[in-house]
Amino acid sequence: MSTPADLSTPEDDFDGSPYDLLAQDHDEGHRWAFGTGFTDPLEGIDTSVPERLDPGALVRYCLALGDDALIYSHRLQEWTARLPELEEETAVANIALDLLGQARMLLARAGGIVGQTEDQLAYFREEKEFRNVRLAEHADRDFAELVVRLLMFSTWRLALFEELSAAPDPVLAAIAAKGVNELAYHRDYAASWVIRLGDGTPLSHAKAQAALDALWPLLGELFRPDPDALGRADPGAVDAVLDKVLATAGLNRPTAAALAPVGGKTGRDGVHTEAMGYILAELQSVARAHPDATW
Amino acid sequence: MVAPVAARTPAYDVAAGTPDPEIPTLTIEDLGILRDVDYYPERGVVVTITPTYSGCPALREIAADVQGRLNRAGFERVTVAIQLTPPWTTDWITGEGHRKLAAVGIAPPSAAPRRPAGPVPLTLGRPPSPRCPRCDSPDTRLTAQFSATACKSLHRCTACGEPFEAVKAI
Repeated sequence: MSTPADLSTPEDDFDGSPYDLLAQDHDEGHRWAFGTGFTDPLEGIDTSVPERLDPGALVRYCLALGDDALIYSHRLQEWTARLPELEEETAVANIALDLLGQARMLLARAGGIVGQTEDQLAYFREEKEFRNVRLAEHADRDFAELVVRLLMFSTWRLALFEELSAAPDPVLAAIAAKGVNELAYHRDYAASWVIRLGDGTPLSHAKAQAALDALWPLLGELFRPDPDALGRADPGAVDAVLDKVLATAGLNRPTAAALAPVGGKTGRDGVHTEAMGYILAELQSVARAHPDATW
Repeated sequence: MVAPVAARTPAYDVAAGTPDPEIPTLTIEDLGILRDVDYYPERGVVVTITPTYSGCPALREIAADVQGRLNRAGFERVTVAIQLTPPWTTDWITGEGHRKLAAVGIAPPSAAPRRPAGPVPLTLGRPPSPRCPRCDSPDTRLTAQFSATACKSLHRCTACGEPFEAVKAI
């Protein structure tokens, strides 16, 4: 979207259209368009690391939470223009946008400590350097998987962010506190769809149960001990929410064991499923082909 | 949560007139996005703004607008700082903001929900739907929790049949 130069009228000539007001603020190379020109999402915030914290551990933890959001957001963006109704399009796109915003701030928090930008971290790390849980990279095969996976992820992340709102790093605490309201909307959206599918037709019920059975093994990884963690989601609180939704939906809680680590390692250790390579190929290819490009 | 009242200075007034890129009839002051305007002899004007949602793509545009408006008004040294905490709440939208929202057909938010300490409770079923900004009927229903922007939900008025957006109370 470009702004014709003749719209850059001086303020005195303002004729009352609010869109002219926008246009006049973007002369001299400041062309107005969403997404052009990225800036530090933590601009002006005190990003000094509290003395009692290990900066290395803080970087690793912010990368882990940032990568969860970045990769999950990418998976949701893939659904754009493929969802059954306009209302679900806007919902899923908005959830993806919220998670992308959380990812930007978390990667900027980590990057600020090690002298890298959010873009360098998102676009120029290798697969083994990404710390997201394997649940985040799963490719949803149908709408039932989309909402069941979102219920699992957002219930856990909401419980975690509530705890992190009091984290000893004030920047992480602020990012988490901001995310709580967003994640509550994501969880409630997912829960309402899981109930509608589970309590719907025999076909929707069967698909919801199949999605739950397929995804359940990825849940355990979310609760693995992490020496870098600055907070933890209470498994009992997460279970209570999931059980309530499943009971209302008439779905059975699966008993499948957690997906095993590979050589003792999981997503947090940079060991991912086959899906991850394809995600990064799509996410990173333009930035890697044109590393110095600007909009 | 009551918004702290920033001192009205010439620099504040210029910054406060910056339109919101999504709903340009409202200013960033109307929406509670503008948090503070300070002057430091060594740094010049420092404008503090806060994002509505983490992923709000308008924040960078707002920062550029604020900078440009202040520069044109004669303030040469301007810094725009972002504030994350306390997180933005719709309670910071001013009375004027509510009036302008309703005037463009967007239902203003009700008071933000007060949560007791402890986990955010699961909300199932349809939340209450605001009065229709067009015909003022209370007989409306929620059609989607998310709308064209993250901060709004989508509704339909049963009385006049028109769809409308509402700002979600957070």
